[in-house]
Amino acid sequence: MDKLTVLGLESSCDDTAAAVVELTRAADGQVTGPGRVLASVVHGQTDLHAAFGGVVPELAARAHAEKLDLAVEQALSQAEVPLSAVDAIAVTSGPGLIGGVMSGVMCARGLAAGAGLPLIGVNHLAGHALTPRMTDGLEFPYLMLLVSGGHCQFLLVRGVDSFTRLGGTIDDAPGEAFDKCARLLGLEQPGGPAVEREARAGDPTAHRLPRPLLDRPGCDMSFSGLKTALLRARDGIVAQKGGLSVQDRADLCAAFQAAASDVLIEKTRRALDVAAGACGGQVPALAVAGGVAANTALRKGLQSLADARGIALVAPPLRYCTDNAAMIAWAGAERLAADLVEPQDLVPRPRWPLDRTSPSLLGSGKKGAKA
Amino acid sequence: MPDRRIIKEITLGSEAATLAFATALAPMLRAGDTLLLEGPVGAGKSFFARSVIQARLAALGRSEDVPSPTFTLVQVYDLDDVELWHCDLYRLTDPAEAYELGLDEAFDQAICLVEWPGRLGGLQPEGALRLDLRADAGEDGNPDRRIATLSGSAEWARRLETEE
Repeated sequence: MDKLTVLGLESSCDDTAAAVVELTRAADGQVTGPGRVLASVVHGQTDLHAAFGGVVPELAARAHAEKLDLAVEQALSQAEVPLSAVDAIAVTSGPGLIGGVMSGVMCARGLAAGAGLPLIGVNHLAGHALTPRMTDGLEFPYLMLLVSGGHCQFLLVRGVDSFTRLGGTIDDAPGEAFDKCARLLGLEQPGGPAVEREARAGDPTAHRLPRPLLDRPGCDMSFSGLKTALLRARDGIVAQKGGLSVQDRADLCAAFQAAASDVLIEKTRRALDVAAGACGGQVPALAVAGGVAANTALRKGLQSLADARGIALVAPPLRYCTDNAAMIAWAGAERLAADLVEPQDLVPRPRWPLDRTSPSLLGSGKKGAKA
Repeated sequence: MPDRRIIKEITLGSEAATLAFATALAPMLRAGDTLLLEGPVGAGKSFFARSVIQARLAALGRSEDVPSPTFTLVQVYDLDDVELWHCDLYRLTDPAEAYELGLDEAFDQAICLVEWPGRLGGLQPEGALRLDLRADAGEDGNPDRRIATLSGSAEWARRLETEE
């Protein structure tokens, strides 16, 4: 049994983060149990409950670079681990905003060269997908629903480097749809928590919004049309009554939330079937990650789905579901444990699909109202 | 002030008509061209942009995901001899941030489709073609009907005329 300690860096989108994570490896090379997060520092995340990770993007590469140095220093000091005691440096090398990804890779390269440590490039989505192993020690295989401001996809996770994309959104991500819903109704950003709060006082059946793509087979989703349908419902009320009452707004939020979670839940049910087919039997667990996973209605629906099949629902704590570096450090540690450290120099990849084997979505762009 | 005049205004009676319009415009765009997509949330800016991108990819015999750029601000597509940048600038707080994204270079060298171009302030490229989309249900209450207005320079008017 040995322990691997990895320093992780993440700066692929709005936040700048560094973390130190420890992985325990059994004598046979297998990862045992959950990891230990020794420190996880995130700069720039205004609200942890934000599906969207805040609304103001950090675009300046130099701002990322400055914050990275600080975050690394803080993470190492909080973990009480000197750089010399670290086994490897992991960094998000894509996908994401080029400036942020570049600064992360440059910083990690410098640290690794200076300390003579292996450098591991991690796909940001792999970081999300492997998080339940870090937090809950989940074993392969499992179905991951990644649902956030920027992402929405089903991944069948069978190994550290084995991800099969079973479906995803063909247009907007749900977190983005919630944000746009809030925008249309004059609610504050981030939209997820605002819409959920309003929806509590609303009647989800007051407006009939579409369930995009439910009438089609497969696990692909669409959320763009839902936004358009909401807009029409809103304009209908305004045309009729000259404005929106507090109750109208609550009803619209409730209807929107119901439609979005219905789609996610039904598509998750189908993805579980597809995953079972691919694994030759029920997948033992459903994991959900991303800011939208904080939505209570969605969480309830997924829980009953899992209960009905007698499988576990694993939802890592929100701080490891929104962008963070602990998941990157963990994914790096898993790669190190599995001897998947590529020797070549790390190249930033702003676009980097996790699963290269699945055909790309045809992206009909069909709007939900008619889909 | 950029030299920009209304070149044409057309009514798109259905989603299929919008798709056809985007598909017809797609091959005309070349390196250094910028299309500014204006219109409120739900007007169909993303649908239009996605249709243009898919048409260009299809012309190369490819099909790829065209995810929303709202979160990442920019999605870049490699069209073999030219890059296509699909931008959603809604989250920009200052026009200067466009430089951080590398948009100034992209405006010169790539094909750029820009949603929420108002965020660019004075940095909008002068020679850009602008497409305004607005919903107009009309008397029959058709929710998919859009009025599309193209405006741009005399050069654009000429190009759209001859290449059509």
